Formats: sequence, C-alpha cells, structure tokens
Amino acid sequence: MGRPLGRVLKLARSQFKEYLRSRRFALTIGTVAVIGLIETAVLAYYRPTSIISNPVTFYSGGWGGPIDYLILFAAVIFGADAIAGEFQNKTGYFLMSLPLRRSAIYAGKYLAAMTASITMIALYLVFLVLNGVYYFGTSAFPWQLGASFALSLVYLLAVLGSAFLFSSLFKTSTYAVLVVAVLFLIGFSILQAWVTDLVRIEPWFLISYASGVLADIFQTPYPPHTQTVVVHGSITSVTLTVTAYTPTVIEGLAIMAGYFLVTTALGLLLFEREEFA
Amino acid sequence: MTRPSIVVDDLTKAYGKFRALDHLNLKLEGAKCVGFLGPNGAGKTTTLKMATDMIFPTEGRVLLNGESVRGNRERALSCCGVLIESPEIYPSLSPKEALDMAADIRNVPAAERKRRIDDVLAEVKMSDWADKKVGKFSKGMKQRINLAAALVHDPEILILDEPATGLDPRGMAEVRDIIRGLKKRNRLIFMSSHILQEVTDVCDEVALINHGKLLFYDTLANVTSRFSGGQSAVDASFATPIEVGISRVGALQGVERVEALDSTRLRIHFSGGPGVQKRILKDLVALDLDLVSFRESGNPLEEIYLEQVTKGD
Repeated sequence: MGRPLGRVLKLARSQFKEYLRSRRFALTIGTVAVIGLIETAVLAYYRPTSIISNPVTFYSGGWGGPIDYLILFAAVIFGADAIAGEFQNKTGYFLMSLPLRRSAIYAGKYLAAMTASITMIALYLVFLVLNGVYYFGTSAFPWQLGASFALSLVYLLAVLGSAFLFSSLFKTSTYAVLVVAVLFLIGFSILQAWVTDLVRIEPWFLISYASGVLADIFQTPYPPHTQTVVVHGSITSVTLTVTAYTPTVIEGLAIMAGYFLVTTALGLLLFEREEFA
Repeated sequence: MTRPSIVVDDLTKAYGKFRALDHLNLKLEGAKCVGFLGPNGAGKTTTLKMATDMIFPTEGRVLLNGESVRGNRERALSCCGVLIESPEIYPSLSPKEALDMAADIRNVPAAERKRRIDDVLAEVKMSDWADKKVGKFSKGMKQRINLAAALVHDPEILILDEPATGLDPRGMAEVRDIIRGLKKRNRLIFMSSHILQEVTDVCDEVALINHGKLLFYDTLANVTSRFSGGQSAVDASFATPIEVGISRVGALQGVERVEALDSTRLRIHFSGGPGVQKRILKDLVALDLDLVSFRESGNPLEEIYLEQVTKGD
C-alpha cells in the first residue's frame, strides 16, 4: 500500500499530462501567447511613457491589472469541469475503479489544475519579464512584482477551490463552467458594487474584493483601508458621501485563505457523497 | 495465499420508497467464476457499483478479501480489478500510458510494470495499438483496454459488469478465454452478463436476482438439475425424413417423450444425467436412422432464467 501523498502525486501527474495534450490547453497557451505578443508589439510601437517610465508602473500595468482576469480564465478552463467532467465523460468510472480515496482523486485533480494554471500564468510572466528586461535591464525588478506573484498564487488557490466546489455540485460540465464563469467574471463584481455602494459596508466576504491586493501592492504608499470622499453635485446640488474600501494585504490573504479552505472542504464533502450512479 | 472472497452482507439500496436492492446476501469464495444474472433493472449493476464504492448502500456492506469497501476503499480495491459501465479513458492517453497510470497507482513495481503492461495488452489483443491515442478507438477497443486495466496488477478478485459489451463475436470469445485463464490462476471472478451462453461457458456458479432480491445462488450443475425437474432434452437431426422412426426413438430406454420439430429433426426429452444421454446417442446410432447430429436442446440456463424471472414479475 503506497503512501496517500504518493498516490495523489501519481494521479496529479497523469492528469496534468492529460491537460498538456488537450486542445483546451493548447488554446489557452495560444491565447496567452497572442496576448503577450500583442502587448509586446503595442509597447514597441507606441512606447507609452506612462507605462515605460519606470519599472513599478510597467509591472503594475502589465501584471497587477490583468493577472486577476488571467487567473479567473485559468480557473474556468482548468477547474470548472474538473469534477463535473468525470461524470459527464464517464472517465470517473475509470478513476473510481482504482484503489484511491475520493479525497486523493480530488486532491490529485486539484494539483493538476493548479499546475496547468501556473504554467499558463508563468508564460504570461515570461512575456512581461522579457519586455521589462528590454526596457529596464536585468536589474530593475521591483519587489512588488514578486509579492504580487506570490499573492496571485494564493488567489489562484482560492479561485480554483471555488471552481472545484461548483464542479462538484454539477454532473454536467456546461453548467459547472457557466456558473463559475458568470459568478467570477460578472457576479462577484456586481455583488461588490452593490455591497459597497448601496449597503455601504466593507465587502470583506467577497473574493473579488480580496483580489484587489494583487494590483494595490504596486502602489506606494499602499492605499488606506478606507477613504471617504464627499461629492457635491453641481447641477443637482446633492451631496454624496462615498466610502471606498481597500483590503490590506493581510486582510486580502485572509479572505483568499478562507475561500480556499471553505470551498475545498465543501467541494470535497460533496464529492465524497456523490454517487457514480 | 488466502482464498479470494467477496461477501455481500444484507446489502440494500433504496431510492426513496423504491428498493433497487433488497437485503442481498452472497458469499463468494475461492477460485471460480460466478455469473450474476437478472433482467434490466434487477439490481446487478447497483450491486457491483456498491461493491466498488461507486454508489453507497442504504444498509449492509460489501467485503473484498475481508476488507470493507466503505470502510477503506483504498485497501479493499487494491486486490481487485474492476470493470463497470464501460468507462471512458482520457482520450489523449495511449493504452500504454493509461495502463501505466493504473499500474503505478496500484503500486506495480516500476521494474515489472512494462512487462505487465505488454502482457495484458497482448492478452486483450491490443499490442498493435499500444501507442495510439485512446480517443480514436472504437467502443470495443476501449472495452479491451478497460479489461486490460482491470488485469494489469494481476488481481485476486475481478468484478466485471458485462465485460463483453461492445465487443464483436471474436472479442467475446477472447474475453471468455481470458476468464477461463484467470480461473486457472486461482482468481475469483464476479461477472454480470446478459449473455447466458457466455455464463454457461465460463461460470461455475450463478446467482440470479430480480426486483433487487436474490432468487437463487448455486453451482451451474445444481441449478440446472434443480430447476429442470431432472429432465433434459437433446435435438437430433437426420439425413432423411424420420416420421416412421419416431415411435422407435420413443421406445428407447430413458426417453420420456419425443417431439418432431420438422420432418428431419426430433427433440428427445429424457430423464437422467449425461450417462443416459450417452446411452440414447449410442442407441440412436444403432437404430440406423441416418443420424447426422445430436446436441443439447437450447440452453437449460436460458429456460430456467426465463421461468424464474417471469414467475417473479
């Protein structure tokens, strides 16, 4: 009887191999490569001073802004149907015939999705860093890039955890992908705007709020936790008090870790109870 | 080496008020092949899925080599090869890679793995396709790979749900040969099937269920003699019309009744076992009625199956 971790890694390795050869992986890598090439071309042609004036601005615009979307894209592509697909495509019957705990199957698939997502993100980073080296040389890497990269990995953990939870909820890939995509690309943003602007409380329970730290870390000084602005309407003569919230790095990390732990526990619980009927 | 065993203990599966399986008890032990029969919806696949932890019992349990499947699926399934529901294999993998994954997870030592994979691929006649992508395979070819995956670690117990599904007649015959080979190697095979001839050919024992309840479980020989009331039948064919010879055949010792199927074929009902059948054949030849063939009439298991299943409906 092999060690449980050994079996998880064996499964993760074969699942990652499956990802590597899949059309979706080629398409995803191709898309990221095209984005990287377009960015390179646009920078080379227009040379916008607002971006290439200093390394922090460059990496803030090139990494802090888009990485959130890239991670959501990776979670939809690699996480949303990871479990649901096992039911829909009947590949789960093959896995279930093996002497693996369900938790090992879940963990193995999670690790494979994580590795595939990191591969995609790393490719984007390679394009960005090559451009950075071209404009600023090899010694101009702001610490914020490293910090934001580390935060991105934690965010990826949380988002993939949520994607796996919804994937465990459905036995049809399309539903799982649709729900994850809508929720993360639109749902959380709407909810955050609603909570902040209408309910007027800090949206500390939303993962989209926590993701702000990926970009905010590039700002010096780091933005204050709350900022209240009084706005006077010149035509309507109405005065509005608007409070903007910015998560601290610790708060952002705590929210992400919370999402990861809760969604993984719930997803695993669902998968443990799911029948291959 | 301990005797491989499958114990189905008071197994029940309920969906609301409907009981797909109702307190099923079975104890299979030793090297043999047990055919698991029943009409569609009888509870066969439900039983096999609960035996492999794909679905969960409402009551009862299944033990594989004494290990509870629900208690420790990892340990229970490690001695077991499973083929249920004709699973799909990840399409971008080749048979070699899929089997390597299965063998690796089943802890087949790396040094042995390649040889085992080559052996099972040869056994299921898929060596020529070893490096092609599974995604392009036909249903029958995938089923062969699934069978190979179930065999790759040389398991003591095999749980097979209609293993011949999707296979052509040659493939079905090959599956029967594989099962016969496994029996010789001290393996316990629990196999559901709709093909009664297949069950008659390879199984030593049969269990029949209907509406989730066990109707009988016994050796094939006992089942045949118990339910046929001791009567058997053979079909005899003659080169020339037999009308005038019917009474002579009916007068042979042991013959109970003779039925004319057409002008050159008779169904001879008799009491007794193979000894009586042998004597009737000898006597028929001696009658010099141009006998050209003499074989068992139909499949006794089929008649028993139909009778028992219809009785329960």
